[in-house]
Amino acid sequence: MSRHTLSVLVENKPGVLARVAALFSRRGFNIDSLAVGPTEHADISRMTIVVNVEDLPLEQVTKQLNKLVNVIKIVELDNTQSVQRELMLIKVRTDSESRSHVLELVNLFRARCVDVATDAVTIEVTGTTDKLEAFVRVLEPYGIKELVQSGMVAIGRGARSITDRSLRALDRSA
Amino acid sequence: MTEKMTGAQALVRALEQVGVDTVFGIPGGAILPAYDPLYDSTKVRHVLVRHEQGAGHAAEGYAQATGRVGVCMATSGPGATNLVTPIADAYMDSVPIVAITGQVASPLIGTDAFQEADISGITMPITKHNFLVTKAEDIPRIIAEAFHIAATGRPGPVLVDISKDALQATTTFSWPPVMQLPGYRPVTRPHSKQIREAARLMTEAKRPVFYVGGGVHKAGASAELIELAELTGIPVVTTLMARGTFPDSHPQHMGMPGMHGSVSAVGALQRSDLLIALGTRFDDRVTGQLSSFAPHAKVIHADIDPAEISKNRHADVPIVGDCREVIGDLITAVRTEQADGRKGDYADWWRILNGYKETYPLGYEEFADGSLAPQYVIERLSALVGPDAIYTAGVGQHQMWAAQFIKYENPGTFINSGGAGTMGFSVPAAMGAQMGRPDKVVWAIDGDGCFQMTNQELATCAIEGVPIKVAVINNGNLGMVRQWQTLFYDERYSNTNLQRVKRIPDFVKLAEAYGCVGLRCERPEDVDETIRKAMEINDVPVVVDFVVHQDAMVWPMVAAGTSNDEIKYARDMAPNWEGGE
Repeated sequence: MSRHTLSVLVENKPGVLARVAALFSRRGFNIDSLAVGPTEHADISRMTIVVNVEDLPLEQVTKQLNKLVNVIKIVELDNTQSVQRELMLIKVRTDSESRSHVLELVNLFRARCVDVATDAVTIEVTGTTDKLEAFVRVLEPYGIKELVQSGMVAIGRGARSITDRSLRALDRSA
Repeated sequence: MTEKMTGAQALVRALEQVGVDTVFGIPGGAILPAYDPLYDSTKVRHVLVRHEQGAGHAAEGYAQATGRVGVCMATSGPGATNLVTPIADAYMDSVPIVAITGQVASPLIGTDAFQEADISGITMPITKHNFLVTKAEDIPRIIAEAFHIAATGRPGPVLVDISKDALQATTTFSWPPVMQLPGYRPVTRPHSKQIREAARLMTEAKRPVFYVGGGVHKAGASAELIELAELTGIPVVTTLMARGTFPDSHPQHMGMPGMHGSVSAVGALQRSDLLIALGTRFDDRVTGQLSSFAPHAKVIHADIDPAEISKNRHADVPIVGDCREVIGDLITAVRTEQADGRKGDYADWWRILNGYKETYPLGYEEFADGSLAPQYVIERLSALVGPDAIYTAGVGQHQMWAAQFIKYENPGTFINSGGAGTMGFSVPAAMGAQMGRPDKVVWAIDGDGCFQMTNQELATCAIEGVPIKVAVINNGNLGMVRQWQTLFYDERYSNTNLQRVKRIPDFVKLAEAYGCVGLRCERPEDVDETIRKAMEINDVPVVVDFVVHQDAMVWPMVAAGTSNDEIKYARDMAPNWEGGE
């Protein structure tokens, strides 16, 4: 199995997320992570889907996704040719003694402390999956009270944009 | 030009504009506003069916008999959910239908209102696309989009769910609307490089076969297929969905492949070195155990749906395109090959195939007690009714016999439920086919199990003057299930006998109760006369109860999950493959 990152441009309409999610479950494909949000174009949303499949099922995933009428475009983003980020919020148990150690780790990982209470701090960190996993490992000894993580978002490196041509298609149909 | 009208009026006007002449449906609360303007339409005939499932299958039958989009209509909740089976059926067999359902008023959606069901959610995995419309002004555009999506690319069912308030609201109507489908771009033109490569492989192959599926007829490419087959001299097999696409009488026709295919068709695929798969999807009923399917063959796979290519079997030459264009381009490419002196030599191959054909023709067992063999009934139907009629079938033994023993010569003359295997398909599909093609004789070949699932549409047929003919192949059992119990469950006939008390129901009386003519035939010597009698009646539907022996089985057979090489042409009788080589 190998991880693949798909950027999927979809029409910004109700039910599109349900269609994509239903397709994955119906065809027996596993989603590692899914993030969806608006783009620079009001009519287009962008999903970043991380799937863990072999190459042949991946071809089926993209072909089946392409058949969804609301899906405009699918691009596989190569790890080395794209910037990939996840966001994590972590609530760590701290006391007056451990707080400075935790804050040191926050600095080392270029994370941010976004909330402080007498017995806990909440930390915001972004990065690749590897970095976030490493960060969680070093915080574990202090006691992680709560953790929430976004799906991965990714964008290709360089000047080219995957939305350009799709926008033209959208303009033509409007 | 724009006109003010209600959403319901806009719906009916849009249906008229896209060319709908027949709608099968049943009204109810949420769809009621649409039925009022429908009452006034002079262009759209609404056929009041007895069950929404009947409406859906009738729309499928209409679509397959005419090549146009079939339309069915139902109200919200149970009306809509009763359409689920035919929608799933149309999805599996790529039949273009549009289902229009009423939905509760938009402020009530999500409140578990009376007769509310999330039909767009329910049908998401079994439609090509679906819509929930809550604004009157969107109705004309979405109707145009629904018909466009249903009919183009790989055809399929589209559901349009319209809230009651959208039907009641006032809007302006203008036609044609501008479609907004930026993500829908079916590819129909094949890639020329792939076509050339395909032609080259066809010339080099020693044992090529055209493996033809339902997509060829859907593309209207039957004539092109015959031309290509004759140009190349390559044998042809036609799947269940392709029966009639290539004439059965043609010497290059090897028959139907698959679980109940002919030895010659199955053998041709298994021994092939090149499959030219056209508009087909390597379904498990054709391939048997996938790993041993046509093990020595390279594969050229042409289909309009890119997702079908290499889904089940790797394609060495993938071709995405409409089969008519693909076959047309292949003809040109093969001519070029031949002009350059490259012509395939399949003489050895034909010697083997003709050996299969001669040694293992289709056959069946007759019964010593003088009772009726179901295959004989269907064989006689074929002989007396002929290849110009349209035949529909349900699902099970009678369907397989209808596929095997009717001699099809024309595309689109066999309409059945292939992928979904929906029992009860036959009668409503025949009704839809007959309404779409009033010039044709339409015979529904049905089993007694299937017939009891949807025969209420006989009332619709009788009232609407739709003179279909139904041949009930009545063995008193769920015959195909019984066959499996005979073969694989030690003859333990659990819950397959439908007539422990004889003649419940009495199909002749049932036919008469529905205003149809009922006939019965129980002896081989009466078959021809009974069929002739049925053929003479053209003003009302006819139901013929052919009481047949319950032990007849469908042969040949490849047991589920086993290799096609393990085909039996009769019980415990395996062909000798080497004998022909």
